Amino acid sequence: MASDIKTMSAELARDPASLVFVELAEALRQRGQLEHAERVVLGGLEHHPDLLEAHDLYARVLVDAGTYERAVQVWTRVLDSDPRHLGAHKGLGFLNFRTGDLDGALEHLELALAANPSDQSVIRALHTVRGAAAEAAAEAEAAQEDAAAEGEDAVFAGLEGAGNGLLLVDDRGRVLGGRIEGEKGVDVSEAVAAFLAGAAQEAERTARMLGLGDWQWLVTEGPDGNVYVTPPTADTLLLIQRDRSVPSGRLAMLAERAGAVARQWLEGQAL
Amino acid sequence: MSTRYQQALDSVTRVRGVRGAMLVAGEDGLIVAEALMEGVRGKAVAALAASLQKRFRQAMEAAAAGNPHFLHLQGDGGTLIVVPAPDGILVVAVGAPDMNVGLVRLEMLRAAEAIA
Repeated sequence: MASDIKTMSAELARDPASLVFVELAEALRQRGQLEHAERVVLGGLEHHPDLLEAHDLYARVLVDAGTYERAVQVWTRVLDSDPRHLGAHKGLGFLNFRTGDLDGALEHLELALAANPSDQSVIRALHTVRGAAAEAAAEAEAAQEDAAAEGEDAVFAGLEGAGNGLLLVDDRGRVLGGRIEGEKGVDVSEAVAAFLAGAAQEAERTARMLGLGDWQWLVTEGPDGNVYVTPPTADTLLLIQRDRSVPSGRLAMLAERAGAVARQWLEGQAL
Repeated sequence: MSTRYQQALDSVTRVRGVRGAMLVAGEDGLIVAEALMEGVRGKAVAALAASLQKRFRQAMEAAAAGNPHFLHLQGDGGTLIVVPAPDGILVVAVGAPDMNVGLVRLEMLRAAEAIA
């Protein structure tokens, strides 16, 4: 290759307008002589400013030198002249992949494949990027599920009984957050939520029909625990359950705090 | 109405702020005995109190808190309290929003014992 480079350099010296500069610059690039390659390709472009292959090569030299932004500019200009340019799409696909823009990488590589469906390097690159995109999508989904699960617990995070004894439900009996445990620690939140929605409607109806005004809260005391129910917003219900040792007055104080937290959380969800 | 029932209700209605007290059949919401101030709709109170008690009993049982022995509904314009007595009877009281709930509760629990 060294002799080739010497030969091509000599030819270019004899004829500075020779197209051999493209082959010479590529050979230099492959040898890692990037500054020399850049000088050659820029010199050649002075004579052949419309030669897109030379611009493409220049961008690859820039990428090898780590000058990515400049390379993007060069390839983008190439695509302005030829929107189906294989080298520019491959290059931009590579750079997008490198910066984590998988959608952008896929877009350019698919256009590159359309430009040359038999280009094995593009097929391999597409395979890699699609795999990474699928992996990223799965990770995002898992992260979303984790966030949702954390969100349920986070409604009452930091409050006494956040893990058991506080429940936020919507007016259709669906759990929004919190947890109620029954015997042996079994999660009975769904069942409680279902009954609670109906019970709260009955409380609203009772208060309205008996002229008690808007219902504010309801407390019930049972042999195995006390329950306090209040609507923190017009379409949600908050239930607090504690054992019998917690008097209803203390339940009211807890409910006030939990209600404020629930309202704040609901406002956050609405954004 | 038997004297026993009347005495039980009178002890509740003597508490300031209470506008009426009743004994209600928990199963069907019918009035067994009543001591109401004028304007209190006895039949509605009985029916709604029984229904409310039934609904919340289900929720309490689902939450493993057991069959409720005291229920207090607070509205911004009034209060309803229900205390189940033996034999499926409910002691029900309605009153002002600021009535002394602690005292009413005590009298209602006594009333529930008295009619057993």
